[in-house]
Amino acid sequence: MTVVDPPETHPRPPRERRSASWRRGALASPAAPVFGALIGVFILAWIVVTIRGGDFLTVSNIVNMLQRSVALGIVSAGQTLVILLGSLDLSVSQVISLSSLLAATTMDGQSANVIPAILLVLGVGALIGLANGLIITKLRVNAFIATLGMALIISGIIQNNWDGPAGRVSEGFESFGYTRFGIVPASAFLLLAVVVLVYALLRYTRFGYRIYAVGGDEEVSKLSGLRTHRTIVTAHVLCSMLAAVTGLFLASRLGSGTPTVGTDGGYDLESIAAVVLGGTALMGGRGGVLGTIGGVFILAVLDNTFNQLEVNAFLKDVVRGLIIIAAVAVYARRQGRDA
Amino acid sequence: MEEVAGGMAEGRAPLLEMRGIRKSFVGVEVLHGVDLDLRAGEIHAIVGENGAGKSTLVKVLAGVHAPDEGTVRIDGEEVSFTHPHAAQAAGVGIVYQEFNLLPDRTVAENVFVGREPAARGIVDRRGMERETAALLEEVGETSFGPRTLVRRLSVAQQQVVEIVKARSLDARILVLDEPTAALADHEVELLFALVRRLQERGIGMLYISHRLREVFALADRITVLKDGGLVKTLATSETDSRGLVNLMVGRELDGYFPPRAEPGDLGDVRLEVTGLSTALLRDVSLQVRAGEIVGVAGLQGSGRTELARAIFGADPITAGTVAIDGKPRRFRTPRAAVRAGLGFITEDRKLEGLALAQSIADNMLLAVRTVIPGARKRRAAKGLMSVKDLAAVTELRAQGPEQEVRFLSGGNQQKVVLAKWLETRPQILIFDEPTRGIDVGAKAGIHDLIRKLAKEGVAVLMISSELPELIGMSDRILVMHEGTVAGELPAGAGESDIMQLATGHQEAAA
Repeated sequence: MTVVDPPETHPRPPRERRSASWRRGALASPAAPVFGALIGVFILAWIVVTIRGGDFLTVSNIVNMLQRSVALGIVSAGQTLVILLGSLDLSVSQVISLSSLLAATTMDGQSANVIPAILLVLGVGALIGLANGLIITKLRVNAFIATLGMALIISGIIQNNWDGPAGRVSEGFESFGYTRFGIVPASAFLLLAVVVLVYALLRYTRFGYRIYAVGGDEEVSKLSGLRTHRTIVTAHVLCSMLAAVTGLFLASRLGSGTPTVGTDGGYDLESIAAVVLGGTALMGGRGGVLGTIGGVFILAVLDNTFNQLEVNAFLKDVVRGLIIIAAVAVYARRQGRDA
Repeated sequence: MEEVAGGMAEGRAPLLEMRGIRKSFVGVEVLHGVDLDLRAGEIHAIVGENGAGKSTLVKVLAGVHAPDEGTVRIDGEEVSFTHPHAAQAAGVGIVYQEFNLLPDRTVAENVFVGREPAARGIVDRRGMERETAALLEEVGETSFGPRTLVRRLSVAQQQVVEIVKARSLDARILVLDEPTAALADHEVELLFALVRRLQERGIGMLYISHRLREVFALADRITVLKDGGLVKTLATSETDSRGLVNLMVGRELDGYFPPRAEPGDLGDVRLEVTGLSTALLRDVSLQVRAGEIVGVAGLQGSGRTELARAIFGADPITAGTVAIDGKPRRFRTPRAAVRAGLGFITEDRKLEGLALAQSIADNMLLAVRTVIPGARKRRAAKGLMSVKDLAAVTELRAQGPEQEVRFLSGGNQQKVVLAKWLETRPQILIFDEPTRGIDVGAKAGIHDLIRKLAKEGVAVLMISSELPELIGMSDRILVMHEGTVAGELPAGAGESDIMQLATGHQEAAA
């Protein structure tokens, strides 16, 4: 009994092949368009600022921009992890404030207390991330609500215990914020280290693969035998710990802890903006930390330009808002074309 | 204890033994104590109509659903999977019917998702790709490689990735749920070769398929499920396709159905579809007259729902026309279709048909309030039924119009959906599985209501997987197979006639 009809030839469309080949190499990086945009924004800012008689392409200005990118860069790297997963974290600003306070009050100006303070801050950050992750996975609370609630809780704790700047970091710790190797500030190396770490984590480790899988489709990941809850919780722990690192860095810059250092910087929404500006899909599964850093730099260049041009602060926000929306619209179009 | 003893008596315990598996969802039992066993190196086919419980049984084995009752034993040892990960670790690999791939990841990343080969946490990407390439070669797939993004693959190529993924698990028990649904013939042949090779290695396989030809070509034994219960497990040599079809559908035409339309009840052609094609349909033509109920039969994936969606403007049409009352119309949105007098009672009430957290009254008025143009609304307002009248007409049982819909039973939810469409005064109603998951009493009420609507001159197209319902209700039955109309049967056609058209297995029975 013949079971199957004689095989027919099914020619396959060669379309995919061609587009696949030119996608290799440097252009293949999903972050490539973000850095293209960064270069564009950079050149535009350079021209505009120079015409208006400001300093743009000077060593001091570039170092200044870099230094201002460190804090946002570190939080955003953490934010990238959870957004790739299809989650997000709105509690980072409060974690930053709390971390700066805990660091400064624990150190109390004594260099002997530096290590315990750092460990305490990282530990508290990890616990907050653990709580976020467990609330999202086990209590099945939407990430938006879970982390917003966490932000409120931490904010209440801060306001109950501190009503202004408190504590003092040790001198050695404070000097980190201002140390330079040649012209490069030490803090830039901190950012570099965080980015390299997160990049390696996403690109080379099982954990990174799982983040992309869960962000791509949680149900599919689960049916494939992936323990999705572990991945989600771990990513939230790392995100909160990176926010804690940011708090440590800001404490070092400011010399003391401040209850509003996180919220004043608007790190919650800024970090999400940097991540989406960097081409990571808000629904997860697509993107990476390099794009995020590109997004952080774009925001830094814009800030610097607006400051030099002394643009009205409200107009500044309008322009930033427009740029973020335009960027995401462009990504949506690209995605639609690819699919 | 006795089961273990019984197993020992035969020599050794079977590879897989499922006993008395029961499973309910929100109070409706979908598996009524099913037994199944699988030996090493055996291909065991599971057949049954849609909704017979095949997929649920598989998901119990996969650790997706925990059974309410019953035991699962592997090599005689009782197991209880709380997560798919545990099932996988115990050697159960599953190729699901619906695709389970991540479109933005590469083939290799998909094959090894969740179990990437790694040394100290660092993924061995090259090794993973090498292994995937070897597996692809093993199944003779050369049109794409391990680095291709899954979103760039055709449906058939994706199926190959699924199989390679299951193969890479080194599973001892492999479940293939409709693995050939998306494959071309030569690909089916490759799959068969792969399945036989796995069989030689002593892997036990559960093979779920609607295509009886494949079942007879591959299976050593066949288990027939019907309505969530076990009908029979038999050796392939003991039966033929006709016998199998009878076991699958063989039940009394039970229940009461309202009388069919008399010739005098039928009016002009209300809905006429000519040469309709979409991404999933090929050249479908049909007519429905005023007062007529036309049934649409077909297996899952045969294009039944897609047909309804295309007529209703929910999916883009690539060729062909839809004419309403003789006038050609092409609806670009469901809204346009509703305005023209169409109503579509969807298959999935919870997903598409109801706003569950809103009240009965809000749901009933949803379509009228949001879609019907003002003039017609005002004209209709005089004759508009109150929510109370609607509830009476549909015999809705609820606490009151403000009750939230999610607290109603399936049957009453469906009545709310019906009421919603009645309020728009539809000329043409399309039902997709009108009584799925509804208890027997409520079913009869909905059947009466559908016939009553037809008597009032509504043209009805009714899609159903339940053959008794189709046969009992329809004035004509269209049978779909692989995106096209495989044939038309008169009122009162037999179940096996329908099944043979639907499975594309006409020649074997003839």
